[in-house]
Amino acid sequence: MFKTLAASAVAAVMLATSAFAAGEATGHVENVDFSFDGPFGSYDQNQLQRGLQIYTEICAACHGLKFVPLRTLGDEGGPALPEDQVRAYAEFYEVFDPELDDFRTATPSDHFPASNLENAPDLSLMAKARAGFHGPYGLGINQLMNGIGGPEYITALLTGYTGEEKEEAGAVLYENTIFPGGWIAMAPPLYGDDLEFADGHATDLHHLSEDVSAFLMWTAEPKLVARKQAGFVGVVFLTILSVLLYLTNKRIWAPVKARYKK
Amino acid sequence: MGGIPHDHYEPKAPWEKGLAKRLPIVGLLYDTLMIPTPKNLNWMWIWGIVLTFCLALQIITGIVLVMHYTPHVDYAFSSVEHIMRNVNGGAMLRYLHMNGASLFFVAVYAHIFRGLYYGSYKAPREITWIIGMLIYVLMMGTAFMGYVLPWGQMSFWGATVITGLFGAIPFVGEALQTWLLGGPAVDNATLNRFFSLHYLLPFVIAGLVVLHIWAFHTTGNNNPTGVEVRRGSKEEAEKDTLPFWPYFVIKDLFALAVILVVFFAIVGYMPNYLGHPDNYIEANALATPAHIVPEWYFLPFYAILRAFTDEVWVVQIAGFLTGGIVDAKFFGVVAMFGAIVAMALAPWLDTSSVRSGRYRPMLKWWFWLLVVDFFVLMWVGAMPAEEPFNTISLIASAYWFAYFLVILPLLGVIEKPEAQPATIEEDFAAHYGGGDAGKAPSTQPAE
Repeated sequence: MFKTLAASAVAAVMLATSAFAAGEATGHVENVDFSFDGPFGSYDQNQLQRGLQIYTEICAACHGLKFVPLRTLGDEGGPALPEDQVRAYAEFYEVFDPELDDFRTATPSDHFPASNLENAPDLSLMAKARAGFHGPYGLGINQLMNGIGGPEYITALLTGYTGEEKEEAGAVLYENTIFPGGWIAMAPPLYGDDLEFADGHATDLHHLSEDVSAFLMWTAEPKLVARKQAGFVGVVFLTILSVLLYLTNKRIWAPVKARYKK
Repeated sequence: MGGIPHDHYEPKAPWEKGLAKRLPIVGLLYDTLMIPTPKNLNWMWIWGIVLTFCLALQIITGIVLVMHYTPHVDYAFSSVEHIMRNVNGGAMLRYLHMNGASLFFVAVYAHIFRGLYYGSYKAPREITWIIGMLIYVLMMGTAFMGYVLPWGQMSFWGATVITGLFGAIPFVGEALQTWLLGGPAVDNATLNRFFSLHYLLPFVIAGLVVLHIWAFHTTGNNNPTGVEVRRGSKEEAEKDTLPFWPYFVIKDLFALAVILVVFFAIVGYMPNYLGHPDNYIEANALATPAHIVPEWYFLPFYAILRAFTDEVWVVQIAGFLTGGIVDAKFFGVVAMFGAIVAMALAPWLDTSSVRSGRYRPMLKWWFWLLVVDFFVLMWVGAMPAEEPFNTISLIASAYWFAYFLVILPLLGVIEKPEAQPATIEEDFAAHYGGGDAGKAPSTQPAE
């Protein structure tokens, strides 16, 4: 009777929790097949580098990534820029140094700067701070294959502008089918063909949105690949251990049970 | 230790005898590990070891996390990001700790409902039950304060809502709330004291766990039949029991390993599954999240808290009788804590002379309804406070109280229990021998 309770309890817990682990997106967020989805997914280095370029040329005008150290751009499994490129990239920024009490050129040991605009949120963790979907049936189990839908939410938001504008209390608001409330203060940041990639990769709106979303997933979860590997090793080893313990248990109990066999 | 007769440790070598004379610790460990355990324990008796594992996991990962965490409103959030990005294995440590709390509560709820079904709370195990309830309450306090430490939006607003409960207490509430928070609102003083207590309470829990184990080692384990182990002689007791090592240690470890496979899959592949996305936004006292939801393990009791609104007649009567001192908010707080108190009083509310639910045809139905009720409360606790959820949570809350306060006392009188096996051996033999009860009396067991 109780053998099923553990399993059903876990399932019910899942049902209850995912019901509120939902994001606030109003519109429908489409799943995107990112390379980092699923138990064996990992980041696409080229995509992260393209995302970095989009972030640098467009997003960074207003937004920041204050929790992300610049040196991690060279990390394996991430954008993996060569060391001299990381150094050169860092020099692109000015940071305030409290010891000098002045601004100086950034080095790889510094972080990305914070947001330039008061109302532009920091993007370091944005891909984990928004949940795009929680299916099937609100169970949220498709997180195993698709994640919580943070990068999908960002992609949907960037491509979700309708082109409508309105003015409210002196500020211009733009209609967006994904943003809660339907009106967002951010002007459409991407239109397609906003920049060019050295490798000649497609620059239409959807591709640009996906690339920058992938990059923001990396800034939010830089240890994703290592984590999935650790999870895999854990699952494999514990499965083997379970089998060995099962056999041991059976063997130990066999004489006890045999005593009562007919 | 324990009333069940069994072999004790005999020191042999001279140094063993010398040590035993001065500090009988080996004998104590031997007796603890070799405790005679009913043969017929089923798979619901594995949660104790899972819980012990969880406590150890949380303390060990927690101690390492503390080495890198900064309890200050300006640095807490970024220090957690420091752990996630710069500390070796930090992301894994934090995700283990985060999801470890959830595993802890999955196990404790399974453990509690096991006790409720098989009557493990009944005499002579009331003290084990009460200590267990204390551990559970402390676990909730510890988990709640731990959730505040990352200083995300849900941390901050969860702390604001929950500490606000104390503000609902008439007369002293506001002063009490200020005293708890260390100021007029959730701020640095709050974060610091929560951090201090979050570190302290697990060790209090560990102490209570020792008492919990001591208590049930004295009375002996309950078992699925609820029939006591025969204690007339060592030989008689050995027919009903097996030593904890190796029979139950290996069995429990096997169960733990299977559970950990699932646990590692969640930690590795979907570590934020049980979390809330808003907690990756730094705490901001000026921006209230759209929905403030506690962690899943608080939801059933959170639902009871919210169930009693102004429109409920019980609340209106209470308000009328006390001249408005008891309002809906205070009533909800009393109901929430009352729900746990009612459960803790189960040993004295249950009037049945039969211990195990297996032989109680009526209790079975009410018990499983309580399990369903628990999950309904959990689900409704996550929903916004609007219809039809208000009505559902009110009905579900009412059943929770009815089970403990009305059904348990009543069933003992009106229920006609089924025949129980005479001994544990008989039950075990019936299960594995297909009816031939070996040396036990040849009557057909009840199952």
